[in-house]
Amino acid sequence: MSPTPNMKAKLGKNVFKPGKEKHITIRPGFEKDPRLKAAIYACPAGLYSENSKGEVELDIDGCLECGICRIVCGTEVLDWNYPVGGVGVQFRFG
Amino acid sequence: MEKFEVIVVGAGLAGLSAAYALAQEGVEVVVIERGDYPGAKNVTGGRLYTRPLQNYLPELWKEAPFERPVTNEIVTLISSDKSLTLRFRSDEFARPPAHSYTVLRGTLDRWLSRKAEEKGAMLVTKNRVDDLLKKDGKIVGVLAGGEELGADVVIACDGALSLMAEKAGLRSPGSPHDYAVGFKEVIELPAQTIEDRLGLKGQEGAAQLFLGDLTGGKFGGGFLYTNRSSLSLGLVIRIKDLAEGNPLKEAPTFLDEFKERPEIAPLIAGGEMVEYSGHLISEAGFSGLIRPFADGLLVAGDAAGFSLNVGLTVRGMEFAVASGVLAAQAVKQAREKKDFSATSLSAYQTLLDDSFVLKDLKTFQHAPAFLDNPRLFQHYPQMTGDLLQSLFTVGLEPKQKFSTTIREKVSWSEAWEILKDLRKGLKV
Repeated sequence: MSPTPNMKAKLGKNVFKPGKEKHITIRPGFEKDPRLKAAIYACPAGLYSENSKGEVELDIDGCLECGICRIVCGTEVLDWNYPVGGVGVQFRFG
Repeated sequence: MEKFEVIVVGAGLAGLSAAYALAQEGVEVVVIERGDYPGAKNVTGGRLYTRPLQNYLPELWKEAPFERPVTNEIVTLISSDKSLTLRFRSDEFARPPAHSYTVLRGTLDRWLSRKAEEKGAMLVTKNRVDDLLKKDGKIVGVLAGGEELGADVVIACDGALSLMAEKAGLRSPGSPHDYAVGFKEVIELPAQTIEDRLGLKGQEGAAQLFLGDLTGGKFGGGFLYTNRSSLSLGLVIRIKDLAEGNPLKEAPTFLDEFKERPEIAPLIAGGEMVEYSGHLISEAGFSGLIRPFADGLLVAGDAAGFSLNVGLTVRGMEFAVASGVLAAQAVKQAREKKDFSATSLSAYQTLLDDSFVLKDLKTFQHAPAFLDNPRLFQHYPQMTGDLLQSLFTVGLEPKQKFSTTIREKVSWSEAWEILKDLRKGLKV
């Protein structure tokens, strides 16, 4: 699953420059970690969701780069970085 | 390896203020920013309190592209289907330089970067700093976009998450208890409509904070700031509370429900949502501060934990500006001695200790403990609503004396709890 249609519309208002790499990935073997389930509730862009197998998936498109999931999950669960320069969300208002 | 006197990581208010102050003194400084332009990755609620900045780059703030001077301070307690609003208006807040201004970082940060560049600072955008370069335990530069760049001093101004301070070993990854997520929508409306709906005199502005049912009893609240021709509307909720506890609800849902409330819906009706953003906020206050210096490194702004929520005021940006300027002063002193060791750079700590930054953080060091009380976020707003409902109601039955109604709504044990919380509040 990915963000709700309502959230997709919201994120669609942002200026977003796609990159080649995913800057945040779930480390293999941690897909069912409870810390990841917490990210489902904490991510303000609703990018984390649980699939039918009980695994948490991350749809990185639309990421606001706030860092909340790094705080919630830690770096044991997530391979976390900012996108490379000139990539990702570009806030016009902020 | 190319070498500069100073490398600043991050073109936010701390980094740009440091760069401006350094360039002004003729120090060679380069600011490295990963966004397309300064401000591209920066978010505020928000408002900036200008008076603490009278001693920090004072020549700048007179011409800054602020949105509106805040003359109306509004606090709203929200319970399930009721609300109580207190509105404070002050002419004194409007007298130049106005007490505080609403701001949008896209405008403000780009303007400040131009000012720093005019003074001679260099700006490199679209470039992510990947790591710190270390030699014999000292920080001697950065790795950015695959390139090694040397510096006498690196100033880390890379925001609340500060990976640089983490790489330097000055901090560990934060805990969900100490951080909140702020997320907001910018909603465009004609200036006249904003003034009419908020009851504002001309160009004046309002800041409104909301407490209660909107966060489902979780630590946090809502905010509404009037910009020139837009509203900044959002929520702040502690991460720990979002991640656990009842009700377990996705963060965005809280904002959607908040927007539908009768206190908000008429204000934003017909407006166009033009941006949605999220940001990490340190709620730890004084206890969350790190040592902001190391061999060859200084840390300023959010990266050093300089933010302060005391309920009625939520501050960060003026700490960023001031700490950036103080970091520049510390560099200048170290440069005169040609000594960029931690011992030499510790002058920064002394400068901070003597400034409003550390003084305010210290004065309000008990604020986080006071705010860490679920009763504030659910019980009191609800109780206030219920009590006022009874007092205002004229029903079928003969009306009770006010004192009887109050005694019914506020039991002795309740009154005792209120006194205890008040006592804690007064300590803040």
